[in-house]
Order: sequence, then C-alpha cells, then structure tokens
Amino acid sequence: MMTDGLRQGVRHGAVRAAPAILCAALLGPLASAQQPLVVGSKTFAESYVLAEIMAQLLEAEGYEVDRRFGFGGTLVTFEALQAGAIDVYPEYSATMQHTILTSGAEFGTEAFAAEVESLGLEPLETLGFNNSYALAVTGETAERLGLATISDLVDHPQLRFGLSHEFHERSDGWPGVSEVYGLPQSSFGIEHGLAYRAMLEMELDVTDAYSTDGDLIRYDFVILEDDLSFFPTYFALPLVRQTMEPAVKEILNRLGGTLSDARMRELNAEVSIERRSFADVAAEYLHEQGLVSDADRQEPTDSLIADLIDNTIVHLKLTGIAVAAACVLGVGLALAVHRSRPLSRGVLYVTGLLQTIPSIALLALMIPLFGIGQVPAIIALFLYSLLPIVRNTITALLTVDPLLKRVAAGMGLSQSEQLRHVHLPLALPHLLAGLRIAAVISIGTATLAAFIGAGGLGEPIVTGLALNDTTLILQGAIPAAGLALAAELGFEFVERRLVPAHMMTSRLPS
Amino acid sequence: MHEIIEFLGVSKRFGDTSVFERLDLAISTGRVTALVGASGSGKSTLLQLINGVLVPDDGSVEVFGGPVPTASLSAFRRRIGYAVQGTGLFPHLRTDANIGLLGKLEGWSDAELADRIVELMVLMGLEPDLGRRYPHELSGGQQQRVGICRAMLLHPEILLLDEPFSGVDPLTRDEIHERFGELMLAEPVTVVLVTHDLQEAMRLASELVVLDAGRVLQADAVREVVERPANEAVARLFERLQ
Repeated sequence: MMTDGLRQGVRHGAVRAAPAILCAALLGPLASAQQPLVVGSKTFAESYVLAEIMAQLLEAEGYEVDRRFGFGGTLVTFEALQAGAIDVYPEYSATMQHTILTSGAEFGTEAFAAEVESLGLEPLETLGFNNSYALAVTGETAERLGLATISDLVDHPQLRFGLSHEFHERSDGWPGVSEVYGLPQSSFGIEHGLAYRAMLEMELDVTDAYSTDGDLIRYDFVILEDDLSFFPTYFALPLVRQTMEPAVKEILNRLGGTLSDARMRELNAEVSIERRSFADVAAEYLHEQGLVSDADRQEPTDSLIADLIDNTIVHLKLTGIAVAAACVLGVGLALAVHRSRPLSRGVLYVTGLLQTIPSIALLALMIPLFGIGQVPAIIALFLYSLLPIVRNTITALLTVDPLLKRVAAGMGLSQSEQLRHVHLPLALPHLLAGLRIAAVISIGTATLAAFIGAGGLGEPIVTGLALNDTTLILQGAIPAAGLALAAELGFEFVERRLVPAHMMTSRLPS
Repeated sequence: MHEIIEFLGVSKRFGDTSVFERLDLAISTGRVTALVGASGSGKSTLLQLINGVLVPDDGSVEVFGGPVPTASLSAFRRRIGYAVQGTGLFPHLRTDANIGLLGKLEGWSDAELADRIVELMVLMGLEPDLGRRYPHELSGGQQQRVGICRAMLLHPEILLLDEPFSGVDPLTRDEIHERFGELMLAEPVTVVLVTHDLQEAMRLASELVVLDAGRVLQADAVREVVERPANEAVARLFERLQ
C-alpha cells in the first residue's frame, strides 16, 4: 500500500514547499549527528513494516533511532521530511511522481531526478517490489458477476465504489482509471481501514487495494486485472534529504532489491493476519537477510498496560496543556474585548473560523510552522479550544443583567471589583460550560494528533486502522471515551464547588 | 439650611431625546426628599447623575460641596448608599454576603462585618438566619429590606433610593415603611427617594420635588406642596397620581 487517505481537506500542493523549505533551513543546523535519526511512516501496515525494518537496521549499526510512525498521508509525511522533522520514511516512486512533484515527471527520468533534487530530497535504492494500485472486489462478487478485469466493471453500473480518500483524488487514481476504462459508476471517499470492513459487510462492492496487501488473502478479495495497463509502477524506496550523512545512506541502501512482491505480501500478512508485531516481523526479516546478527536483535519490551498508561499520559498532557492555555488566553481575551461589541464580534469571527478548519487539515498546516510531535499538536488543540471558551465567556459577560451592572457600579465597586465580584461570578456557569466543551472536544480531537507523531491514545487507533485490528482501535478509543467522561464528571464536580446550585448550567431540565 | 446636593444648570440628553434642560435643584442635608412625577419625568436619571453613573452634558452636579468627581469614583460612591427597584441583589451571593460586600472590600474584620450585618437586619426587621439564604429564596418584601441594608452598610452620608418599595402588596409595604422610618431614626442620613407613589412620598419624605417632563414644577416641604400647589400642573399631577 502506498497511501492511506486520512488527509481530508488537504489538497495536493496546498501546503507545499515555501514555508517548509524555510523551516528546513532554520531547523537544518540543529539536526546534527548527535541527534537520534528520526524514522517516519505513513498510516498503513506496509509503511510501518518498512519503517521498522529501516529503524532496526540503523539501530543494529549503532545509531539511536526515534520512531515517529503513522503520519496522516503522503503530504504530511513529505512535509515532515522536508522540514527536517523526520530523517527518512518509506515512499513509492509513483507517489512521488504524482503527489510530490508538480511536473509529474516519471520515475527514472532525468526530469524526475532534477525536480527531486530541487526539493532537497534524495530517493535511495528501491527495495525491489512493485506495490501497484489495484481495484478489488470480494471473491463472491467476482464469481457472481464473472469479474476478472477492470474492463468487466463497465457492464455493472450498479456497483458501489468506496475508495480511500487519496486514491479518490489522485490523478493516477480514480479520476484517471474511470476515464481510461470509461467506468459509469460514481464513487465516494472512505478511510481505507474501514473500506475492507464495509466490503465484508456488503455495504461496498469495489475498493482500491494494493498488490502487496496481506489482507487480500485473509478476506478472499480478488484483484481485478489492470488490462489496459493504467496503473503506474510503485517501487518502494527510503526517501531522505540530500544532506543525510553518507554512512546512513549506505546502510539503508543495503536494503536495495531485497524484497520481492511475494515476500512483501507475506510480511504484510504476518502483521495483519498473524497479528505479529511490526518489530518481530522486521527483526525476523533482517535476520533472514543476514543484515542483522542475533546479537543485535532487540526484544520489544512494551506491554499492553504500559502502552496504555504511556498513551493516556501523553493524551492528558496534550489536552491538558492546550485547554489550560486556551482557558487563560481565552478568558483573558474575552475580558479584554467584551466591553466593545465590534471587537467582541471580530474575536468571535476569527475563533469561529479556526473551528471550521478540519482537524486533520489544521494538524497538517502546523507541520511547516512547528514541525511534528507534541508542540504542533498542542497548538492545534489550543486553537480548537479557544472558540467554546471565548464565545461562552464573551456571551456570558455581555448578557449580565444591566441592572446588576448599574448597581455594582453605583454602589461603589471599582472596575476590577465589579469584574471580580459581580461580572465574573455571574458569567462563571457559562464559562465553565465552555471549558467543559473545549476539554471534551480536545480529548476527541487529540486522537488525530497521532497523525503528526504526537502519540497519545490516537496511536493505537491509527495503528489499528492500518492493521484493520479492532482490538487495537478499541485500546485507544475506549480510554479516550473514558477520559472524555472523566472530564465531564470532573467539570461537574468543579461546577458544584464553585457555582450555587440555582445557577448551575449542567442541571438538565427535569 | 445646608445643601448637600446641588444641580446647577444641568442638561442631560440621550441621543436626540432631552431629559433635562438647564435644571437647577438643591437638596437639603439630613432630610428625606422625594422626587415624584409620572414615568418619563426624569426621576431615575436625576438619581444616577448624583452618584456619577450618568454624566451631565451641560452644567454641573455638586455633591458634598464639590462637583461629582470623574476619577476615583468608587471612593466617592461609597459615601452614597444606592438601592434600586427590583432590589438589584446579586444572585450568586447569599444575603449576608450581599449586604456585606462593600465592608469586605473596605477590609473590615469578619466580626465587625458580621455585627454590622446583624444590626442592620434587625433594624429592618429581618431574622438574622435569613443571612444564609440566597436572594431567590427570600420573599419580595424581604429582598427589598435586604437591598436597604446593603445600601446602609458603610454608614453613607446620602442614601439614593430608586423606587425601592414598589411591587409588593400594601400590607408588606406599610411594614417596610415603618421599619425604614425606624432605621432613619437610628441612623439619620440624607435620603433622595424616587417614587411614583405619592402616598409613599408623603409618608416617608419631608421635602417634595415634583417633576414633569424634565422640569421642576415645585420643590418645597411636603405640606406646602400639598396645601399650596404652585400651579395648575402640580395640582393636575396630584390628581393623576392620587
């Protein structure tokens, strides 16, 4: 697989080059040899396996490695590489051609090499296999309708196409294939991990798949032959910046040509069907290839509970810092502007506008500015938390009974005393309600932060989606739901302590 | 007779609407002065010019022998008690905290504050136990008395009352009037009372200012005004109000 499609809202090129290059220039000198090498991956199993293979190989050669797996989409991962936030990730030749390069020059040509160089990047040796796009149907559908090639689809306009978001948009994906084959069906975008599930439940008839996908065997899906040879070839390769240390390039080049289509499909099946860890599968492969000796082999130490605790702590940190900062700044902002209606309106418009940016897009936009990891995630969550806090606080302050305002002033309270003893306490129930909404939204949205390498409870969800592993998804989703519930209860407790019962907003009508 | 409040050629407009044009009025120290007039006569506006909630467009309002200050208004206002219609009690504070808020801000000790609160509540005929209740847990009449207690906390030199006793049944109002009379005996203060209730004015006040459409029709002792209305308009107004 070479894509994942969790990039709703980001169009190719929307956050391209200029800021990223600027950032790379600034960050470049910091990424010295002493820093650990950061290995990234996208959000699908094969990318995880390949990234893990690279990581273990580098570790075996004595490098310290920082794993940042599960970036949400090609553009996000590519931006992270260009900005120097990661040092290497597995990419595919045709993905570079169609998604990263503006010229669309074909892999292997001089134009391709020139444009890649102009971006400051360098593709290392291809790993061997070609993981091409394909269209897949269930074995049952293939048999019932006698489908063997993509051309056969033309006669069945009733078939429902659910395609991963990236494939749905890419020129070498649905727009191209439907035109070349003259396919009459329309299609909709769906997260790739969910598409297989939908196929099994007969909610979907056709989806995009990848020729090395282990799941094809598990689910008895049939690949339709690309009889017009529409799909380009997708050779996997480690993509690095040109400035990468030559010794590291040399090590990664040892992987060149070692993986066949069949072997890659097996490795994918090992993780997605046999449920073996990426680390295990990667270690076994490196060992079998003689690239790593037994002595170098590292035993994975993570347990389920330890992971859960780590992820929860990171999640709490992301949301806690973001909401606390939004609270301080949001309430401060509301206090500063609430006396002026035009200013209040302006602030509400801007914070409202921030809220309309899809969360994954906002996270992607953070990368050129703040790199990857927890900092950009916290900033994005902070921006999301502002609206409910600012809006509720301003509204509450504006709607304080004018008679009470007049009395507070008339009886001799100074401006700050009026605020402290009258306006704020009267606004408090709504302020707390805004804070509560912000916290719950933040806890939910923070699961997406895993796409930019921030970790947290989104990490098992992202990996689970890549592996189509419900258990893993629930390992993130259930604690996240628990945290949201805990936040609700926590704020209710705080409200009980601070607000007289007759003024509480959390009381539902009886 | 010393004048604690003086309006000197005061004009006040809201947008295009003029409330007063070059108004002159003096209010005597230590008396209860009632401002009466139909709604829209400018009674409430007059009151808010005294404590600086509103600022005159022309002329000046002199209080305590000088113009109403523009800076450090809160210190000035703490010398003036203020109670309004609908009581204006803060819903998030219990009764004792409502009454005691200014004392707390003045840095009074807890004991000093508690004593003063009880003293005022007793004077106004309120059970001190009611101090633990929130305003919405009190009857309308109780809330009005609490409003008076709060306005009197700091022993103000002037007490401004903006229709503070309206909206309760006649029996309750009579009792409040009685209590208020006792309070005035115990703690004499210059009172400016805005009311549309002539009976109330005659019962509580010694001086009467009759206002109509932003003009002072007559300002004199209550008896004088009742027995010798200055003109037809005052007489008519009395008929209308009675």
